[in-house]
Amino acid sequence: MSTLVIKDLHVKIEDKEILKGVDLTINTGEIHAIMGPNGTGKSTLASAIMGHPKYEVTQGSITLDGEDVLEMEVDERARAGLFLGMQYPSEISGVTNADFMRSAMNARREEGDEISLMKFIRELDKKMEVLDMEQEMAQRYLNEGFSGGEKKRNEILQLMMIQPKIAILDEIDSGLDIDALKVVSEGINQMRSENFGCLIITHYQRLLNYITPDHVHVMMQGRVVKSGGEELSHKLESEGYDWIKVELGIEDETVGQA
Amino acid sequence: MTVETNSKMTEQDVRSFSEMNGEPSWFTELRLRSFGEAQTLPLPKPDKTKILSWNFTEFPVHTVQSSVFDSIEDLTEDIKSIVDLKQKNLYIQHNNTPAFSRVSEELAAQGVILTDIFTALREHGDLVKKYFMTNGVKTDEHKLTALNAALMNGGAFLYVPKNVVVEEPVQVVFYHDDAEASLFNHVIVVADTSSKVTYVENYFSTVPHANGLANIVSEVFAEDNAQITYGAVDTLAEGFITYVNRRGRAARDARIEWALGMMNDSDTISENTTNLIGDNSYGDTKSVVVGRGSQKQNFTTQVVHWGKDSEGFILKHGVMKDSASAIFNGIGKIEHGATRSNAVQESRVLMLSEKARGDANPILLIDEDDVTAGHAASVGRVDPLQLYYLMSRGITKQEAERLVIHGFLAPVVRVLPIEGVKKQLTEVIERKVR
Repeated sequence: MSTLVIKDLHVKIEDKEILKGVDLTINTGEIHAIMGPNGTGKSTLASAIMGHPKYEVTQGSITLDGEDVLEMEVDERARAGLFLGMQYPSEISGVTNADFMRSAMNARREEGDEISLMKFIRELDKKMEVLDMEQEMAQRYLNEGFSGGEKKRNEILQLMMIQPKIAILDEIDSGLDIDALKVVSEGINQMRSENFGCLIITHYQRLLNYITPDHVHVMMQGRVVKSGGEELSHKLESEGYDWIKVELGIEDETVGQA
Repeated sequence: MTVETNSKMTEQDVRSFSEMNGEPSWFTELRLRSFGEAQTLPLPKPDKTKILSWNFTEFPVHTVQSSVFDSIEDLTEDIKSIVDLKQKNLYIQHNNTPAFSRVSEELAAQGVILTDIFTALREHGDLVKKYFMTNGVKTDEHKLTALNAALMNGGAFLYVPKNVVVEEPVQVVFYHDDAEASLFNHVIVVADTSSKVTYVENYFSTVPHANGLANIVSEVFAEDNAQITYGAVDTLAEGFITYVNRRGRAARDARIEWALGMMNDSDTISENTTNLIGDNSYGDTKSVVVGRGSQKQNFTTQVVHWGKDSEGFILKHGVMKDSASAIFNGIGKIEHGATRSNAVQESRVLMLSEKARGDANPILLIDEDDVTAGHAASVGRVDPLQLYYLMSRGITKQEAERLVIHGFLAPVVRVLPIEGVKKQLTEVIERKVR
């Protein structure tokens, strides 16, 4: 079992403090969902865990199985077992999707133990079928000219190929139509196992109709303000966030409000 | 192994050299006229690069004698790395010496000519005369075009007759392994009406340093409805002073597509112009460049629209490292009367070090109303967000940079039609950006 532990995490971007003490523990075998209105720090949390160059951790710790994640470079975090499905993946011209994914998989293997081309193609074909992706997507340049939905599927394809220990999926559902949402959810559900933990960041309860979370957290003002089980997401769906604000005496839930 | 000639060539030297090659008298006259012009004409003026102090006229010797290859098996291992032994249509020049040539029987029977420029002058004089510096490049444009004609000591001639479609690419290798050699090469490629050909050339230095000059002119003619794909990988050694002028002329419904991998280690002035003369003609230029060391380079790519409904595309991607500098001038020019033409260009420069310099200058000169045109230009570093994305998948920073750079230079690599040359360009890029 692997465990990602986030303790008292404070993060700033360009001198503005966004996260103000996040505590969260994710074990493999668990699916967590972080919900919350816009501007409450959800995506910042995802970026800080992965090591986005613009975000600066000013306090607190992140460890994976006791190893200090904050000491690691971005690529080391990935090889240690973390994965971030991004909200806005970069487009990289001239690098085919397939070559990129093979490089990513081989980055985890010793020299001389690279995945064989045949095996790679078999795996890729299988997973692209699950995600209902056209074969030609493999030979297109990485995310270049992909539609919003294609980019999201491509993030999940990478997740399925790389098989990380802990994945963070940052608004993987935004901009997806219902069919695409089902397909993406199917991909994530196939990953579910004792060896895989996941943190799903979303605005919408809709995604959680297809992926049942074990734990649901609500973020406001740069902190996790409420945690619960699956039922919490249903309550949020039917009643919105106002009751939490009332309960906690919060007037403005966005970051920067005391 | 060198023929003794003074680097200060005299008119008499030019005459003797011409006679020694058995050139027709019109060509000797053309050389002498050009030699006279070269004395007074100024150097070209590449925009934003000062070249007045560059040495374009002094060189150790005019001609060196190098070995010939009796059969394809006798090629050096270096050459074999870029030439497939099954390559049917091949010409190899060894420094200044025509060293190997073959054309498939099938193409020869159809009238396709592929030979060194001297044989072409002797055996196909009228054809050469029709195209040699008549309406492609002119001898009196500036000192360097005049010198190219006056001192020409190598080059190739490819002629594809009407309606002949050459399926397999034609390959020409200018193999340079003598530091004292200078290359005054002149290449002529003609695709006659409704013909089609792919020509790929390598300027291939295998010595680390050169003391000579490279003054290269290619004239490329696509007659009505003809198609030419012109690929090149240049890897001339550091120490050369290189002037390379590749110019195309597309007649009605004709297409010229360039894929140029300009990987010289020498200081280089490159001009690449496509004149879209005929209506509905098409020109596409893709060039990629890697500059390193203290190299100074200037790449002027121009598409000039004369014909109606002509379409021109320019793509230039450059990577600059160390203290290399390069100017990328992209010019889309639409002449009066070239209605409904479309001129599009994109220039991008990636800088890999603090001291590297790159400058992208997109220029549109439009003298007609009913046209479309567009340009994009950027100069910058490898995008940190691209690196972050790749690294977030476990790829090391070094490998991520490598992927981004190869991707950036892929537009030319991808379209080169000969596997060996494609592989060579990939390896050169790998070596140069490391």
